[in-house]
Amino acid sequence: MKRLELGVGVTLVALVAAMAVVSFVWTPYDPIRIVPADRLLRPGPAHLLGTDAFGRDLFSRLLVGARSCLSVGVISVGIAALIGVPVGLFVAQGPRWLARVVLRATDIAQALPALLLAILLAGVFGGSTTTAMVAIGAAAVPQFIRVTRAGARQVLSSDYVAAARSAGIPRWRTAWTHVLPNIGALIGVQASVTFAMAILAEAALSYLGLATQPPTPTWGRMLKEAQDFLYLQPGQVLWPALAVAGGVLGFNLLGDGLRDRLDPRLREAA
Amino acid sequence: MSLLEVDGLTVAFGRGAPAIRDVCLRVDAGQRLGVIGESGSGKTVTALAIMGLLAENARLSGSIRIDGDELIGRSDRELARLRGDKLGMIFQEPLSALDPTMRSGRQVAEVLRLHEGAAAGAARERVLAMLAEVGFDDPERVADSYPFQLSGGQRQRVLTAMALINSPDLVICDEPTTALDVTVQATVLGVLDRVLSDAGAACLFISHDLAVVSQLCSDIAVMLDGQIVERGSTADIFDQPQHPYTRGLVATARLDLVAPGDRLPVIGDFYAGERR
Repeated sequence: MKRLELGVGVTLVALVAAMAVVSFVWTPYDPIRIVPADRLLRPGPAHLLGTDAFGRDLFSRLLVGARSCLSVGVISVGIAALIGVPVGLFVAQGPRWLARVVLRATDIAQALPALLLAILLAGVFGGSTTTAMVAIGAAAVPQFIRVTRAGARQVLSSDYVAAARSAGIPRWRTAWTHVLPNIGALIGVQASVTFAMAILAEAALSYLGLATQPPTPTWGRMLKEAQDFLYLQPGQVLWPALAVAGGVLGFNLLGDGLRDRLDPRLREAA
Repeated sequence: MSLLEVDGLTVAFGRGAPAIRDVCLRVDAGQRLGVIGESGSGKTVTALAIMGLLAENARLSGSIRIDGDELIGRSDRELARLRGDKLGMIFQEPLSALDPTMRSGRQVAEVLRLHEGAAAGAARERVLAMLAEVGFDDPERVADSYPFQLSGGQRQRVLTAMALINSPDLVICDEPTTALDVTVQATVLGVLDRVLSDAGAACLFISHDLAVVSQLCSDIAVMLDGQIVERGSTADIFDQPQHPYTRGLVATARLDLVAPGDRLPVIGDFYAGERR
């Protein structure tokens, strides 16, 4: 069962990645060329998934849409990890009052929905891919701080850190040589789960028109454009929706699978 | 002036009652002092206080001096310089005292490089030599192994190498053989005895096992409920134990004196203790 989870997760993630990679070298049609004569074609041999209201090939757009989904995911997880992990490490070793202040701050930040923050940022800076990346990344920082701090605290109280320190290694140095390698798996799992969150948020933002701007295709935008033809051509909604769901599910399963795989206590229980 | 001078050391955690009270110890250069006592008597707290590795909420009073330098109140940065240079420690649990994600050779080298700024190549040579010194026939293989690939006794010897590679003046051994079985225990004690003599290092040997301590140490301090109740040379402690608790310890360590068929002595025969 657990093994199946990880397998499905890896497959789905690989599928999304493959779509993005393939889109760079090959798409059946130009995903942004408007062909008025081919409006709203049903799926067929010429157009695998049909065309949208502007006569653009849906399959090509679906492939290209994987790019922005992945790039927003990678960059926003990168932002969250690059800020959250060092802060978490620092807080784990710093004085207790600092930990209290930072943890309360993360509580407050987590109470604010990520989407709301993104809408706020988009309102101020205008909707763009960058805005979406920064907003989603910023929203994920608190979780990274908490996870890193919790993991680091545990490692810092371990015998091997005490042994290293007793041999003269300064405390700050153990953070790099001992703490980070030992919480790497934990951070990997957190990154995977955050990635799933980022895909969903990116789809929502581009649905609202606050992320990547047209004509670049994104799954969220495709959903929005297909919405008007829901009764006419339900298939148009189905594919981008499935793509988003598959990506989110894939990264979530990957995260869960990794956690089970990497945590020896859970491995024994299974 | 002794190498280590501990005077009136009292340690409490948070708002709790003191874990150790008014502890005084003297260790001269090259001398080996055994600290003996049961679990919870404050042996490890004493050791960690000397190393400056107690938890943040520990409150210390009294005095700990190494070569006349006061340690209490020093910053962690200053203490880090002393550790390794003058102080080393061997921990109780060999299974958890090595980083599972780091090859054991690197863990020993990390300590060395930091203190001497040696180049990586020279450091490796020194690490291999040190591993050979603690009794490994195949130091190369051990250096390239992860801790989970080594047995408990092997790990304890790697830890010994780690604690001694910077040739500290004082090595604190916190029950280094408690987690090992008896035959491995004998090997590790033999190695410890030899490397300590070779290095001329003093040793504070903490244990609950009087038999083990008497093998290694010239002097013994007996700790009970956070206080030192008796101290003396190993011979005196064995021949004329004063405190009833010490008498119990000696009796239980000298089972060879019990006639076959007789009931074995327990500490409770000699010392009832405070009811707990």
